[in-house]
Amino acid sequence: MTDATAITIEHEAGFGDYVALLKPRVMSLVVFTALVGLLVAPGALHPFVGFTAVLCIAVGAGASGALNMWWDADIDAVMKRTAGRPVPSGRVEAGEALAIGLALSGFSVVMLGLATNWFAAALLAFTIFFYAVVYTMWLKRWTPQNIVIGGASGAFPPMIGWAAVTGGVSVESILMFALIFMWTPPHFWALALFMKSDYKDAGVPMLTVTHGRRVTRTHILAYTVLLVPVAMWLAFTSIGGPMTLVAALVLNALFLKGAWDIWNRDESAAEADAYLTERKFFKLSLAYLFLHFGALLVDATWRAFA
Amino acid sequence: MIRAEHEMHKRRLSRNVGVGLALCAFGALIFGLTIAKVSETGPVEGFDHVSRPAMTATE
Repeated sequence: MTDATAITIEHEAGFGDYVALLKPRVMSLVVFTALVGLLVAPGALHPFVGFTAVLCIAVGAGASGALNMWWDADIDAVMKRTAGRPVPSGRVEAGEALAIGLALSGFSVVMLGLATNWFAAALLAFTIFFYAVVYTMWLKRWTPQNIVIGGASGAFPPMIGWAAVTGGVSVESILMFALIFMWTPPHFWALALFMKSDYKDAGVPMLTVTHGRRVTRTHILAYTVLLVPVAMWLAFTSIGGPMTLVAALVLNALFLKGAWDIWNRDESAAEADAYLTERKFFKLSLAYLFLHFGALLVDATWRAFA
Repeated sequence: MIRAEHEMHKRRLSRNVGVGLALCAFGALIFGLTIAKVSETGPVEGFDHVSRPAMTATE
């Protein structure tokens, strides 16, 4: 009797555990970038249809998070940072995470197609496939460039938002994609430098583990340099404007400075101040993306009233 | 009748209420989409299958 009770309790999930499967913190960034992509696009959607589109993109992103947690339960259980997730901690069964992931993927894609157009829906389906299959199943355990290519799935949301309004792709939407795509590696590797997560025990080939911290620092600088022209180009397209240009100039100068500082120091210097430069750079990277997309929104608002 | 309130019951309740609210929200979403889509469509003629001279092509 007591054994039976113990087992039941372990597998009795609260609603919050299901919400945690959808990675709500990642979702907030997806919602914001998708919303900006949708608002800066030429043309207009009925506000409620626009709301539905953003909701579908968010739920689709959440569904791929659930699929990721189903597949990666073994890795998550080994690493301290992720051991408390619903599946490794035993509150949600792996099969349940798979079922929720698949069901929500289907719902979000079909609803986005019905509400807006089937091109946007196909792009959402591809994003889910890319994150759950290409990144989670193939790349993550195989190559240290995993987050570079996997970052593409995080970069699709503004493109889907754009496609929901226009039904297609353009230079602007590709540049919004490229901005997030090039931003992801420096953002993640800065985190990998100071989190010192137990990737090694889990067998995940992070760059810090496979090639060392010196190489990671160089990579951060290289990708930051490649990011700058993308951000500047975006400011000169039809969705750019004075605000975007100012934001791009200031943010890229700060970001380059941060990457330069990271490249310029070694591990002993970093240990001495508890990775202060790396932590600052990571915080800056969050502000970088948020303010960049915020600036696009400001310029779009100005255009609407001009 | 079992009256003891266990932590398990709380989790089960939160799950049931959560799924219930999610279903209600989905219903509201479909309703809202219907209103949005129908109000975007212009005036509809012939929805009642009654012939109207204005709709018939004249040679």
